[in-house]
Amino acid sequence: MWAFIHKLGSPKWFYGISAKLQPWFWAAAVLLLVTGSLWGLAFAPADYQQGNSFRIIYVHVPAAFLAQSIFISMAVSGLVFMVWKIKVADMAAAVMAPLGAAMTFVALFSGAVWGVPTWGTWWMWDARLTSMLILLFLYLGVIALRGAFTSRDSASRAASVLAMVGVINIPIIKYSVDWWYTLHQPASFTLTSRPTMPTEMWLPLVIMVLGFYSFFIALTLMRTRSEILRRESSKRWVQELVNGQVVNAQAEETR
Amino acid sequence: MDAPSVPLLEHQGGLMIAVKATLVRDLTLLLRRRGEVLNPLVFFALVITLFPIAISPDPELLATIAPGLLWVAALLAALLSLDSLFRSDYDDGSLEQLLLAPQPLAALSVAKVAVHWLLAGLPLALMAPLLGIMLALPAGSYAVLALSLALGTASLSLIGAIGAALTVGLARGGVLLSLLVLPLYIPVLIFGAGAVQAAILGDGVSAHLAILGALLAASLMLAPWAIAASLRISING
Amino acid sequence: MSLCLQARQLSCERDDRSLFKGLDLDIRSGEIVRIEGPNGSGKTSLLKILSGQLRDYEGELFWNGAAMQSVREHFLANLLYLGHAPGIKSGLSPLENLAWYQALSGESSGGQGSGAQEGEQQRLDALEQVGLAGFEDVPAGQLSAGQQRRVALARLTLTPRALWVLDEPFTAIDRHGVAALERQLIRHAQAGGCVLVTTHHELAASSLLRRIALG
Repeated sequence: MWAFIHKLGSPKWFYGISAKLQPWFWAAAVLLLVTGSLWGLAFAPADYQQGNSFRIIYVHVPAAFLAQSIFISMAVSGLVFMVWKIKVADMAAAVMAPLGAAMTFVALFSGAVWGVPTWGTWWMWDARLTSMLILLFLYLGVIALRGAFTSRDSASRAASVLAMVGVINIPIIKYSVDWWYTLHQPASFTLTSRPTMPTEMWLPLVIMVLGFYSFFIALTLMRTRSEILRRESSKRWVQELVNGQVVNAQAEETR
Repeated sequence: MDAPSVPLLEHQGGLMIAVKATLVRDLTLLLRRRGEVLNPLVFFALVITLFPIAISPDPELLATIAPGLLWVAALLAALLSLDSLFRSDYDDGSLEQLLLAPQPLAALSVAKVAVHWLLAGLPLALMAPLLGIMLALPAGSYAVLALSLALGTASLSLIGAIGAALTVGLARGGVLLSLLVLPLYIPVLIFGAGAVQAAILGDGVSAHLAILGALLAASLMLAPWAIAASLRISING
Repeated sequence: MSLCLQARQLSCERDDRSLFKGLDLDIRSGEIVRIEGPNGSGKTSLLKILSGQLRDYEGELFWNGAAMQSVREHFLANLLYLGHAPGIKSGLSPLENLAWYQALSGESSGGQGSGAQEGEQQRLDALEQVGLAGFEDVPAGQLSAGQQRRVALARLTLTPRALWVLDEPFTAIDRHGVAALERQLIRHAQAGGCVLVTTHHELAASSLLRRIALG
């Protein structure tokens, strides 16, 4: 068991296995995202109430899903790093934070754009949007804290603790914001709570969500790989790898 | 070898003694620097003064926004003094010694947080009704205002201490601290300000106060461990 | 009962810079162990690891034969660590500062009763030994750097601990104080205690002294 965990934690092993996994996730991401957007944007029927503007759901919902999932995976990575001292977990957490913040921003922005046709304004203190905004601040806090330390080891630990504290708070924040919203404004029209959505409308949505997840996994693998190379640049296997590539390139040239 | 005259000691526990001594020490220190205790209170009063000037002196308008204003201003005032919670201990090396005490660090840091609440949160809660009068806060909500603030600021001190512990090793941690801590303050703010609002509307406030109590209980259970872990990280930065 | 702190295959890496690798240490009763090495060779980090503050190391630590994680409390109850900063609050008097340290070692110092008086007497004695008689109630902030350091050193006599880990204890202390402290270290080792120290000051050769070089 321990041997397995440590093997899993070895940057070299991760670098190898992620090279094999990465293309599959990229392929899945492209396939799902193309299918989902074509279907959702061109073929799914228009909403009887919102018309075509509802189609922004195909960006907004997957982004919002991902924004929350990434925070959870970041906290889990942080926990793995703190408990088992597995450095790859921290590298993954480090590359996830900006991606999560970007997704949160996409969700907020698409929500705001959607607000124009539905509410006639760019911003409403809607429960979902408010929670998203707070999530963005949580992401920014984690990123800022990691950047503030001069010692990378301390930065990693501090960011892990903050991510864990944040993930415990997210459900509490979400619950209180929902409560606050219903108190001040009985929900008359919220963005995505449609009880009856026809199959042709939600199927592309599911495909888009899966596509976003594949994209996230592929991108995280890719960025973690470059993070491994950056942090382990003094290690022998990385130098051998880099030198090997140089030798190969030279061999190509002389051929 | 001769029998050593320096015997090895069994750990005697003494948690209560250590916690009490830490409480006494921090209280003495803060009471000798009264300015630091008074500053958040003055800040609170000042911020509350700014709103009628910026918005309108109309009592009716002020009364509607008073619960929120009082809560936000008190929250910011409590935040103001958080940065110094561990900083002087970090600078003079006593934080290192606190970490090396045989007693659990989580318990000792709760003692420090308790002092912070006693000298920042509680005075703010007691002062808030006075400022409530100035904002034409409707009668019947004053007790709830003080009570909700007293309960809420205890949670704020505990949650904020996590941020203070994380940033104590950084030279300029002040702004970063607010960035880390304010999003986590939102649930307390919602139910704290909500309690006062409910009191004004004549609704029952026990639900709000119960939730504030639950938040405090949760913070009491979880925050000390996070504070202890964060202090260990900061001390080795 | 003799004490024994062991390290096996201790390695410390901070931000990808390896400070030391594969270090084996045996520190026993009756020894003064001086850690030597140039600046930045990891002396302070080693002391922090050995005193249980720094936990990102590889290798094993044993305290009297048991793994450190399982006997941490017992270890800490017998450890006295003095770091670069003296750990003295400038707003408190030397007596009040020492009272806190006394309480951390599990001795009641506040309140009334014979225990409290005894504690106060111990504090007064400890301060007198480091030459601070007459300064007991002066706020520590008004003392000089050397005097503040002496307040910290008073803990050596105040709370009896077997293992002393001292990081540059001679800093800011005058010649007279240095000699007294050196005698105190030797006395402690002779009495069966143990001292782990880093210093730029040349310690007088003694059969109790052992050197460990880093870097």
